[in-house]
Amino acid sequence: MATTAEGFDAPTAAGTTHGGDHGDDHHMPGFFARWFMSTNHKDIGTLYLIFAIIAGIIGGAISGIMRLELAEPGIQYLFWWAGASEGDIAAAGHMWNVFITAHGLIMVFFMVMPAMIGGFGNWFVPLMIGAPDMAFPRMNNISFWLTVVGFLSLLFSMFVPGSGGMGAGVGWTVYAPLSTTGSPGPAVDFAIFSLHLAGAGSILGATNFITTIFNMRAPGMTLHKMPLFVWSVLVTAFLLLLALPVLAAAITMLLTDRNFGTTFFDPAGGGDPVLYQHLFWFFGHPEVYIMILPGFGMISQIVATFSRKPVFGYLAMAYAMVAIGVVGFVVWAHHMYTVGLDVNTKMYFTAATMVIAVPTGVKIFSWIATMWGGSIEFKSPMVWALGFIFLFTVGGVTGVVLANGGIDDNLHDTYYVIAHFHYVLSMGAVFSLFAGFYYWFPKMSGRMHSEFLSHLHFWVFFIGVNVIFFPQHFLGMDGMPRRIPDYPEAFAFWNMVSSYGYAIMAASMAIFFVNLAYAFTAGRKAENNPWGEGATTLEWTLTSPPPFHQFETLPVIEDHHDYHDHRPATA
Amino acid sequence: MAGNVNHDYHILEPDIWPLLGAFSALTFTSGMVLSFYPDLFGAAANIVIWLGLAGLLATFFFWFKNVVIEAQRGDHTPVVQLHMRYGMILFIASEVMFFVGWFWSFFDFALFPAPLQVAFTDGVQSTANLFITQGDTSTGTLVPEGMEVLDAFSLPLLNTLILLCSGTTVTWAHHALIHGDREGLKQGLWATVALGVLFSGIQAYEYSIAPFVFGQNTYSSAFYMATGFHGFHVLIGTIFLAVCLYRAYIGHFTPRQHFGFEAAAWYWHFVDVVWLFLFIAVYVWGGWGAAVH
Repeated sequence: MATTAEGFDAPTAAGTTHGGDHGDDHHMPGFFARWFMSTNHKDIGTLYLIFAIIAGIIGGAISGIMRLELAEPGIQYLFWWAGASEGDIAAAGHMWNVFITAHGLIMVFFMVMPAMIGGFGNWFVPLMIGAPDMAFPRMNNISFWLTVVGFLSLLFSMFVPGSGGMGAGVGWTVYAPLSTTGSPGPAVDFAIFSLHLAGAGSILGATNFITTIFNMRAPGMTLHKMPLFVWSVLVTAFLLLLALPVLAAAITMLLTDRNFGTTFFDPAGGGDPVLYQHLFWFFGHPEVYIMILPGFGMISQIVATFSRKPVFGYLAMAYAMVAIGVVGFVVWAHHMYTVGLDVNTKMYFTAATMVIAVPTGVKIFSWIATMWGGSIEFKSPMVWALGFIFLFTVGGVTGVVLANGGIDDNLHDTYYVIAHFHYVLSMGAVFSLFAGFYYWFPKMSGRMHSEFLSHLHFWVFFIGVNVIFFPQHFLGMDGMPRRIPDYPEAFAFWNMVSSYGYAIMAASMAIFFVNLAYAFTAGRKAENNPWGEGATTLEWTLTSPPPFHQFETLPVIEDHHDYHDHRPATA
Repeated sequence: MAGNVNHDYHILEPDIWPLLGAFSALTFTSGMVLSFYPDLFGAAANIVIWLGLAGLLATFFFWFKNVVIEAQRGDHTPVVQLHMRYGMILFIASEVMFFVGWFWSFFDFALFPAPLQVAFTDGVQSTANLFITQGDTSTGTLVPEGMEVLDAFSLPLLNTLILLCSGTTVTWAHHALIHGDREGLKQGLWATVALGVLFSGIQAYEYSIAPFVFGQNTYSSAFYMATGFHGFHVLIGTIFLAVCLYRAYIGHFTPRQHFGFEAAAWYWHFVDVVWLFLFIAVYVWGGWGAAVH
């Protein structure tokens, strides 16, 4: 295969469009300038990944606290954690609410989104479309730092008074009136501003990605030749751009209801608490696709690479994501079946929600068809991708169950819902994150990770998360409500199993970090393309790690009449 | 190795303002929270807010100053100018969705008014008898009975005409610029900025004489938040146009390359369109049939 590296190492006489303005382009900036003032998409992507790992450790540790408390019936540790006297149920309950809120917000806004879009999106969208950087490199950096300060604002909220103790105990949905009249004290205000800050960063990031993808594709790379990961980030960016501002308006109303005497969500003043839920879920449902679509994109790349076949049904795969994005905007009230919607409304939202299973099914079957007849290699990214396909399908199937307005009357706010969305997120989104991480780690770091440890990590994690979450279907069907730290004896067995599952999952994370340490200290040097001829996208034509600025001569994409061959023409 | 760069994209040097801007934003929002709780945090809040605001304003100033410097020295090749166009369109799209949130709450209150909303007396709402039916089983109205609203066909209509007029003056300035008429550019921009300031002045005056206050009921809350955020956008648009006016005086913009001006004009038209929806929905339709101040 041609290497574009040859292309840009050779100085060309025509390459002086900017005159001498950028004479120091290739000086590597010093430590502070490189990591705190960065305008380099790969460095910013690395920062996002490090940030997401730190946030993931914190969010994961909080879920460990929760599983520890839930291991047995009765309140075990919450009094102590809350610093309250034994039997102070109010303080313990508030502490519990703070844990579930922090876990949800951290995992959604500060782990999955920064890792997928900020991390892998920043690293690989420019590489895959043959661009030297993002369209707005400076804005790229403020997107990252706004995410960091958003996280800091959320941390502040944990150490200032909320209702009945320190911290914001309102759930990641921040429903009124619990978040308004129900939660005096500055904790919830800090949490709301945390979403404002992180949301502003994400909106700027979304404009950056859309501009980059529309305007910086290498010569010959039409939209219909773009790798599916780039398609997935494009659709995701549109969802972010159009959904997040509505959340910004909604949580601004929360702020004025809390502090300036408005009654947007207060029936005592003519307001409507259900209005908040509409506004929130108009954002919140697209948000769940924001968390999974980049995962779909990564899985498409990985399955094609390790089956040594172009992805099956490329165009259908791309437009399935577009369809999921569009329909994702008109299904939001399936999160609100129990607020008193009339039957016709529930019928509409049930039908619209089930429609989403169609493009999602297109994707699942196309991944399977890609593998069909392929020369499959079970390298570490591939086993994670297979785990993704299997477990995401489980979560998708329980999603169809919950889509029914009638059935949801029974299952709403039970552990069945918890099990459902953890199958699509902590097994769907997180499996795709690990798949992408192992797929691109050699490219990003220039080192090979251990295949053995990666497989071990996969199997232990696979067993761990299934032991955590599969029993939660049973608990939910038996009626165990979510967001409650205590439960009757009847739920004891499966809760104990679930908590053991957490220990297995935590052990697998230790394997992950050992693997990282191994790769950075003793890992083999990675070749430009460690995955063989199945890896056809442009990032594999570069060195591992790529140069500080790549594609200074743009690669030209040949017209192979083949939807999934992105090899440059410079043979 | 500059000779190696063989593309027209804009590769930027490291820059401190993204970091400073983000932490200024955090300082500002944290100061806001402190100011909500004077009992807990005392007067420290003001210092924090002003510190954050100063940092934010400095960030905006120096960031855009850098962008202008880069534009003037020719970094903005045609493809980079196209970046800017995409970026501005997408930014405006996100702003539209922000206003969708405010219109959503307004239409919720207008189409599904809470039953038995209580009329206020002397600017203070009493909710004490909210749940006493008093024999009235009506579904209520957006504007509670007895509440006075602003006359849509008085100052708001005047403001509508002012904004529409400013849309024509900014187009005048644009055409003058394209045809190389610098004086026409300055005159058109002066007129647009003046109309923008006039709009804001009238809006401020109308707030000061409005017969209802913020937070009095859902109508007044939705009214002030929607028109208030619009007014904030008018201020930003006016500043944006004023910067363009200054740049016109110091010789920036060519008939072929003047995206800074075009972005300001796009933004101004966006603000104009939002106002038309506000005027029709909130002032005319929302206040229809209610007592007029």
